[in-house]
This record gives sequence, structure tokens and C-alpha cells, in this order.
Amino acid sequence: MLLSLDNVTKTFPNGTLALDRVSFAVNEGEFVSLVGPSGCGKSTALRLVAGLIEPSAGKVAWDRAKPRLGFVFQDAALMPWATVAKNVRLPLELTKAGDAEADSRVNDALELVGLAKFAAAYPRELSGGMRMRVSIARALAMDASVLLMDEPFAALDELTRDRLNDELRELWAAKKLTIVFVTHSVYESVYLSSRVIAMSPRPGRVIADIAMAEPKIRDRDFRITAPYGERCRQVRAALQREAATP
Amino acid sequence: MIHERIWAYGLPTLVAVATLGFWEWIVYALDIKPFVLPAPSAIVSAAIGDWNALMSAAWVTIRVTIMAFVWALVFGIAFAILFAQSRTIESALFPYAVTLQVTPVVAIAPLILIWVGPDNAERAVLILATTVAFFPILANATLGLRSADRQLHELFDLYGANRWQRLIRLQFPAALPNILTGMKISGGLALIGAVVAEFAAGSGTSTGLAWVILQAGFNLKIAKAFAALALLSAIGIAIYASLSLLERQALKHWHESARPDE
Repeated sequence: MLLSLDNVTKTFPNGTLALDRVSFAVNEGEFVSLVGPSGCGKSTALRLVAGLIEPSAGKVAWDRAKPRLGFVFQDAALMPWATVAKNVRLPLELTKAGDAEADSRVNDALELVGLAKFAAAYPRELSGGMRMRVSIARALAMDASVLLMDEPFAALDELTRDRLNDELRELWAAKKLTIVFVTHSVYESVYLSSRVIAMSPRPGRVIADIAMAEPKIRDRDFRITAPYGERCRQVRAALQREAATP
Repeated sequence: MIHERIWAYGLPTLVAVATLGFWEWIVYALDIKPFVLPAPSAIVSAAIGDWNALMSAAWVTIRVTIMAFVWALVFGIAFAILFAQSRTIESALFPYAVTLQVTPVVAIAPLILIWVGPDNAERAVLILATTVAFFPILANATLGLRSADRQLHELFDLYGANRWQRLIRLQFPAALPNILTGMKISGGLALIGAVVAEFAAGSGTSTGLAWVILQAGFNLKIAKAFAALALLSAIGIAIYASLSLLERQALKHWHESARPDE
């Protein structure tokens, strides 16, 4: 067990109860999706994991020392005034890590997402999918072992989204990452993850925790298999059951 | 493209030529006295005749304007940074910045003149022009420093950025378009402030173009007043044009306002 949330409650200063006694654990090397309707607190849960906000009650605990985290935001969140290379380099500069090999690290990270040729481009010259790849490269530039992703592909068209889904699966396997992925798409969560955690509308609670054991390797054909359909049905049923009982 | 250029430059030029021609014609046709409205040709010859005096006066005005602009920039950004650090400081001080802005500069001119001493009229003009030019930079820079993307702020949190890193790498670049807008407004205001303050200071040691206009008015040398006025306009246009150029250069790679036509 790498990370655990134990009865975590989050109330915002304006009184909104965003999360209500949420508990789940993430094991090393898992790909966990948090799926739920808009405003169910799944992004809040991710920010708690990242340490960007503190829980009002309960505990977020790392098994050992907190590993290096990468965070990928909803709309890429690149600095428009900086080139692709400078955007990817930002974490290295802020933490003053690896000054000597910063250039090669930036290049490696861009290589990983297939954008080495665009190092000198500005974000506005890139497509939405490319911007998201830069954002992933930035999250990985620090050798992060845990990737936290907040609805990263929500704004992309379906074809781009499918392609980035596949690339992310490959990246996860190749770099042996642990990924916590927030999405409101049932299909995306089932396709990507080894485990899907379904959350209720606000205040967010865990309503189902479903393992997606097999297969490890997934490709386009997986989307039309019976197990895939069955799992989608399962997750959807959990979400709908909750939505029906206000 | 070339066609657009012709429209952009050709049309205003045509208007200018037509207006000046009509002006020249009406002065002669109606026999208007030169101390009421001098013909453009008379203004040009006055400008040539008084060239040295006009140039040294223009230099005084330009110097005060640039100094006021630089001080306004320094103070405006310094206070904006202070305000961006804490809402408390902003709430405590912003009303006074507004008060300074809405109080007519002509009304405080006599006070400033008394404080710095009538022998230092140029310094009084500098203070007044700075006061006028300060607010647009403060207001725009404060807005800009606060409008950096929230997710980028979180990214800086994640990597434990300190205040300085956040200011230099995130807030300042994000504020740059606003600061440049403030500068374009303040550049013009610095000149207006310099002229108005000099009018208010009246006489003494300040001898810019406003003083030339006052003097020419007293002596009924209206052509010279017009020449000084034309010089003031030229200075104002030059300030605006150079700040626009600076803005384009600074933002051309990344800002939507500077996106080339598709």
C-alpha cells in the first residue's frame, strides 16, 4: 500500500461539504480512476493527495516518505509566455534540481511524449492534444513516480482522447508509474484503470471500488469486448443507483 | 496587404492635406487676422524662425515627461507588488491611491509649488506629472499580478515555490499585458500632466512648451503658440507609438492580442 485516505472529510471555508468520510488506498503500480458526476469532490480528493490542500478531518498518509508527485491539470495549465522546453523545465528550476542535467531531462521528457521537435514552440502554436502531452512531460520531468491527473482529457475531441488514453497506458507500463486519474467518463475510467472508485454527488463519498483486473494489455479491440461492456455497466449502475437516491 | 497599408496611411494623410489646404485658403479668403488664426504656412515659418527656442523648450518638456513616466512606472509596479502580496495592505492603501487619482492636478499644483519652493518649479512639475501618470500603472499592474492562472499557482505550490519565484516566473509575466496597457495610458498622461502642471506653476524656472504657449499668448504670437502645440502633439504621438511597438515586441510570441492574422 503506497497511499491511503482514512475517513477524510473536507469542508471549504464557505461551508460547502465537499468530501464526507472518504477512505481508499492506492497500491504501488496501480492505475486508479476516481469517477463521478461534476462537483462530487473528486478533484478535491486529488488535491488532498497532492498536499495542495489539507483535510478538515481524517488523514492522508503515505506508506513511506512522500514520493515525487507529478500533477496534470484539466486544461494543460501551461505558461503561455514560455516555450515548450521552458514549461517542461519549470519544476526543475523551482526545485533547483539537477541543474547540470536539466537540459537532457527536459529533452528526455519531451521525447517520451513525442514532442522533442517542438521544444522551441510556444503553447499557442500547439493543438489541445499536444498541449496536454507537454503538461504530462512537465509532470514527468522530475522523475515523478506518482502521477495525479485531474480530468486531463476532458476538453479533447474523441479521437485525440482515445489516442492519448493509449499513450498514457503505455507510459504507465513503461515507467512503472502509479496513477490516480480523475474523470467523469465511465468508459475512460474502465478502459484505463486497474481499479475504478465511483463517487457520489456532493458531498463526495466512495460508493463502489471495483477492480478491473484483466487484461493488463489493452488496445482498441478491448473497447468492443464483453468484459469491457460488463465493467462499464457495473460502474454505471453504481453511479446511477446513487443518483436515484438523493 | 499593400492595399490595406494604403488605406491605413493614405487616408489620414489625405485628410490632413485637405484640412491644411482648406485652413490656408480660408485664412486668406476671409482675411483672418494672424493673432486670431494664423495660416499653416505662417505657423511653419514661425516654427523655423523660433526653432532653437522651441527645441530647448521641447527638450525640457520631454525630459520631465520621461522622468515622470519612469517614476510612475517604478512606484506603480512597486505598490502593485505590495498590494498583490496582501489584501490587507491593498484595502488600507488603495483608497488613497484613488484619492490621488481623482483630485485634479491643477488644484494641488499650488501646494506642491509652495512645498518645493517657487525656485524649483521644474521639480514641482515632475512631482505633479508623476502623480497623474502613477494610477493607471498601479491599477493595471495590480489587476495583472492577481490574474495569473489558478492551476499554475497550484503547480507552483506543488513544487514549493517561494514568493520571489512566484512573482518573477508567474505573476509578473502574467501581468505583463496589463502593465503594458497601463504604460500606454500613463505615457500620454505623463505628457498631459507635465503640460498642465507647467501651466499651473505659471512662471519661474520651468520653461517647457507650456510656458512657450503661455508666453506666445501674452505677446499675441499665435503662430508660435500653434507651433509649440504641434510639437506637443508630435511628442504625444511618438510616446504612444514607441510604447505600442514595445507592447507588440514583448507579446508577439504568446499573447492573443498579438496573434498574427490567420
